[in-house]
Amino acid sequence: MARRVSPARIALTTVVAWTVGFVIFFPILWTVLTSFKTELEAFSIPPKFLFFKWTLENYRLVQERSDYLAHAWNSVVLSFGSVLLAMLIAVPAAWAMAFAPTERTRGTLLWMLSTKMMPSVGVLVPVYLIYRDLGLLDSHIGLIALLCLANLPIVVWMLFTYFKEIPKGILEASRMDGIGTGREIVFVLAPMALPGIASTLLLNVVLAWNEAFWTLNLTTSKAAPLTAFIASYSSPEGLFWAKLSAASTLAIAPILVLGWLTQRQLVRGLTFGAVK
Amino acid sequence: MGSIRLEGVSKTFGRTTVIPGVDLDIKDGTFVVFVGPSGCGKSTLLRLIAGLEDVSAGRIIIDGNDVAKLPPAKRGLAMVFQSYALYPHMTVRKNIGFGLRMAGRPRDEVARKVEAASNVLNLSAYLDRKPGELSGGQRQRVAIGRAIVREPKAFLFDEPLSNLDAALRVQMRLEIARLQKNLATTTVYVTHDQVEAMTLADRIVVLNGGRVEQVGSPLELYARPDNLFVAGFIGSPRMNFVSGELAARMGAATIGVRPEHIVASRDGEGWRGTVVAAEHLGSDTFLYIDVPQTDGITARAIGELGLKQGDPVRLASDPARIHRFDSQGRALRQ
Repeated sequence: MARRVSPARIALTTVVAWTVGFVIFFPILWTVLTSFKTELEAFSIPPKFLFFKWTLENYRLVQERSDYLAHAWNSVVLSFGSVLLAMLIAVPAAWAMAFAPTERTRGTLLWMLSTKMMPSVGVLVPVYLIYRDLGLLDSHIGLIALLCLANLPIVVWMLFTYFKEIPKGILEASRMDGIGTGREIVFVLAPMALPGIASTLLLNVVLAWNEAFWTLNLTTSKAAPLTAFIASYSSPEGLFWAKLSAASTLAIAPILVLGWLTQRQLVRGLTFGAVK
Repeated sequence: MGSIRLEGVSKTFGRTTVIPGVDLDIKDGTFVVFVGPSGCGKSTLLRLIAGLEDVSAGRIIIDGNDVAKLPPAKRGLAMVFQSYALYPHMTVRKNIGFGLRMAGRPRDEVARKVEAASNVLNLSAYLDRKPGELSGGQRQRVAIGRAIVREPKAFLFDEPLSNLDAALRVQMRLEIARLQKNLATTTVYVTHDQVEAMTLADRIVVLNGGRVEQVGSPLELYARPDNLFVAGFIGSPRMNFVSGELAARMGAATIGVRPEHIVASRDGEGWRGTVVAAEHLGSDTFLYIDVPQTDGITARAIGELGLKQGDPVRLASDPARIHRFDSQGRALRQ
C-alpha cells in the first residue's frame, strides 16, 4: 500500500519547494528586471521590484556599443565545436573502458577526473605562451581545442557510466553477427546509448557555454564569446548595473531556452541508471 | 559443413586457469551438449569457440582451418545467448536481418531470408514489433532466427532456456531439437541442466573444473559412466553411492546404483532399511531410505507403493546394474 501523506504535509512541502525554487531563480529574475530599469533606478534604495519605468534603452545601447550576434555566434561555435570534438574522442575511449577494461582502466578514469581538480590558473601562463607562439590566441580553433580538453574528462566519465549500463551481451551478439568495432559503435551502441549521449552533449554544451576563465583570458575580439561580452560591461567605465544586466540577460537567454526545451533530456540524463 | 576440432585449448584469466587444456572432436551435423555444474568452464569453452574470448593456447579448427586467432565475425558461427541479447532499438525484422544487411547482402535477399526464418519460428505476426513487446519465448525465437538466417557453419547456444519458465522450456527444447534435425547444422549447446543435455544431445561432453570428464551419447553416459563425477551428474535423482565395507565386498572402493534400479519391497531379499520420506509424484514414488552403513539410499518405485514414513523396507538390485569405482573414482569394468 502506498504511504499515506496528509494534505497539510503536501501543502508544506509544496511551499518549501516553491520557496527554494524561487530563491535559486531570484538572481536571474533580478538581473532580467534590472535590465529594464534606468541606470538610476537600477541601484535605488530601497530597490524597486516591479513598479518602475520599464525601458528598452539598455538593450539599444548594448547593441550599439558591441555586436551581440557576433559574440553569440562565437559562443555557439566554441561550445558546440568543443563538445562535438570531445565526443569524437570520448565515444571510442568510453567504449574501450566500458567493454574492454584492463587493470588500469579505473586508475585512468580517476586520473582523468583528477585533472579537473587542478585550478586552471595554475597553467594559464604556459598555455598563454604556447598559444601566443602558435598564433592560437583569439582563434576559434585554439579555444575549441582548449575547451574540448577541459571538458573531455567529464564527457568520457558520463559516456562511460551510460555505456556501462548497456548489456555486454548485445555487443557480443553484434560481433557474432559479423560486425566490426566501428560499425558496432555506430549501429548498435550509439542508438542504445542515445539518451545518454544526448544528455552528455547538452550538459557539456552548457558547461562550455558558461566557461569564462579561458575564454576571457585567451580571446579579445575575433573569437570572443558571450562571456567576454558580459565582462566588457564591468569595471573600466564604472559600474553600469542596468547595461550589465541587459548584456547578461542577452548572454544567458539562449542557454536558458536550450535548457528549458531539453530539461527532460537533461534530467533523464543525470539520473540515467539510478533507477531501473 | 561444420566440423569443429579443439586441440589443447586452454584459457587462463590472470593466474587462474579456467580450462587447463581440452581436446575435442565435433563432427559435422552433430548436436553436442556441454554440461557440467556452474563454474566448470562450459560457457568459457563455448566463448572460446565463438571467439568472444581469446585462447591462451591451443588450436580451434573449423572445417580444417585454425580460427583461434580470428575475430568472431570471421569464424562463420552464430550464437544464441542466455539473455537473448536482441537489439532493443530494432524491430524483430531488423534484428533478424541485421547481420545480413551489414554483410552487404541485397535487400530482397535479406527480406526473403527473414521471411523464411520467421515462418519456421512462428514469428511472422511479430516482425514489426520491438523486442520489448515480446514474451520471453518469442524473444528467444527471434534470437534463434537471427542465428539461422546467417546459415552458419555451426550454432552455439549458451544456456538459451534458463530464463524461461518450466513449461516453455520443454516446448522450446522440442523446437530446438526439431530445428536442428531439419537444418542438420552442427550445434554446440551449453547447459547446466542434465535433462536438457540428455534429451537434446547426440553427444554429451561432461565438464568439471575445466576438464572433459567423459564424452559419449546420452545413453552411454547413463549406462557406462567413466567415473564417479559423471555417474553422479547424469541421471535424476542422482545415483546412490556407497563406500566402505559394503563396497569392499564387491571388490570396489565405491559402488553406485541408480534409484530406478533398486527394487523396494516390504519383504524379500536385500539390504534392510527404514523409510525416512516418501515423495508421491503419481507415476513415480521416490523413497528416501535410511540404510545402516550408508549415507541413505534413494529408490524409485513405480506408481503407488503403499510405503510411508517409518516403514521397514528391503532393497534389492540386479548386480549387473551396480557400478563399481576404484579409490580414484574411476569406473571398474568387468
